[in-house]
Amino acid sequence: MRDTIHLDPPKEIVCIECPNGCRILAEPSESGVRFSGYRCKRGLAYAEAELTRPMRTLTTSVRTVFADSPVVSVRTDGEIEKAMIRDVIDALGRIVVTRRIRIGDVVAENVCGSGVNIVCTSDRLVNAY
Amino acid sequence: MTELLSCDVTVIGAGPAGLAAALEADRQGAKTLLVEREARLGGILKQCIHDGFGLVRFGEKLSGPEYAERFIAQLPESGVTIMTLSFVSNIERTDGGSLLTLITRDGMKRVRTRSLVLATGCRERTSRQIGVHGRHCAGVFTAGTAQYYTNILGKLPTRRCVILGSGDIGLIMARRLTLEGAKVVGVYEAKPTPSGLTRNISQCLWDFDIPLHTSKTVTRVFGDARLTAVEISSVDDCMCPIHGTEEIVPCDALILSVGLIPENELAESIGVPLDPKTKGAIVDERNETLTGGVFACGNALHVNDLVDYVSESGETAGRAAAQRETKRRGLLPVECDTSLLYVVPQRIDRNADLAERIFFFRSSAELDSATLSVSRGGQTLLTKKYAHLRPPEMERLALSIEGIQLSGEEPIRFHLEGTSHA
Repeated sequence: MRDTIHLDPPKEIVCIECPNGCRILAEPSESGVRFSGYRCKRGLAYAEAELTRPMRTLTTSVRTVFADSPVVSVRTDGEIEKAMIRDVIDALGRIVVTRRIRIGDVVAENVCGSGVNIVCTSDRLVNAY
Repeated sequence: MTELLSCDVTVIGAGPAGLAAALEADRQGAKTLLVEREARLGGILKQCIHDGFGLVRFGEKLSGPEYAERFIAQLPESGVTIMTLSFVSNIERTDGGSLLTLITRDGMKRVRTRSLVLATGCRERTSRQIGVHGRHCAGVFTAGTAQYYTNILGKLPTRRCVILGSGDIGLIMARRLTLEGAKVVGVYEAKPTPSGLTRNISQCLWDFDIPLHTSKTVTRVFGDARLTAVEISSVDDCMCPIHGTEEIVPCDALILSVGLIPENELAESIGVPLDPKTKGAIVDERNETLTGGVFACGNALHVNDLVDYVSESGETAGRAAAQRETKRRGLLPVECDTSLLYVVPQRIDRNADLAERIFFFRSSAELDSATLSVSRGGQTLLTKKYAHLRPPEMERLALSIEGIQLSGEEPIRFHLEGTSHA
């Protein structure tokens, strides 16, 4: 958590929740921060989090022992703090998948103490085609 | 003796459009064949490991492989015949449809099909097509090739790169390469505004402090065996490099994200008329081309920014291709002026028994508080307001035709008005 938020000039936040990509304006107000330009409550929640604790879903790949698919795609099964992305990437660099896993299989639990797991997002290790 | 197969619907290409088309044709009871030249199904989604796919269709943010799997998983229970590692080398038009020649692992095969669905996707524009000068050295990749190296082969194609063009794949790759430990010096865009989705600029560039330089382009590449540097120049309003603005940026790769072009080599081989605006086939609202019995969908039809709409387009084509009874079409042109980049479909069939027609369009310029009007003759069929329109962001519009008189040859016209974005 940051102690202070600098909103002078007002901060424009581009929402990444959906393809609309709403430009949300955060301005100081008497009761704290006033947000405008969002089109749904997910957008408001995203903008609020951007000012306090930005969160992201991370998608990447991990190495495998299989010649037909030397890497397999994975992602976090929830959001992690944006500031943690580099640590999580470094941790995943030390993982090698040795089983033919499928979509949803957990590759790493509670990665870097974030409370979220890393799960497989592809069936390429099990699919014939 | 060459083996001769026979089917109702043949779908060429098993990316998101082809998968959706084949499954839908099968649901409609057609004997369906799905032909894919690669070993695996899913098309480009196989290597798009980032998320954001499927929000419109499934209400979830899926990765590309997960999105593809939603369709691939339905295939075993369907009646769709799948031929992978199979390449269509020739199409002949016959009275009853088309006769395809396929090169497969088991040799040459012939397929007689009543309907043909072209789901051949699109290709990336290359350095040859944008006139980058200099040495023929290794290290010039399209963004899709860099993505294939990174996400499928597990090989990092660069340690320090420049990305030319701000298309979505370029933005996605800027983030991807950064995560894998490469240094992305910057994304350079010749146009004054970025081409990709706004949210991708935010989450792929700003999140990783990758600079975006607009009105700048790569004018030369340097290196013998491998790229060692690129020359960047500012460009004027006509996108011509300005002499004296050159700067040399050391890097080992130049990654291009400079546009996608619908792939229509097969369509052109049988004379399917194309739209110069979309570079895809001219189709009606059922995605049937002007060549009867031949359908087009997905990125082969026009380059989409959301896979959800690609699947919808495939289903539209698959459903129509499966229909055995074909009424004589009464095609009306759909036209747009220069306020729009294009509208798809480019025709509507007045004889089609549909309550509403789905249109996709892009604005020519970035507009605030825009109004779209659809009219025919002097009659306004629909007006719709948009807070914000950008050329990179495609719009989907449902137009109800009920109660609208479609006799005569008068075209349906699309027009946009709005204030230019500051």
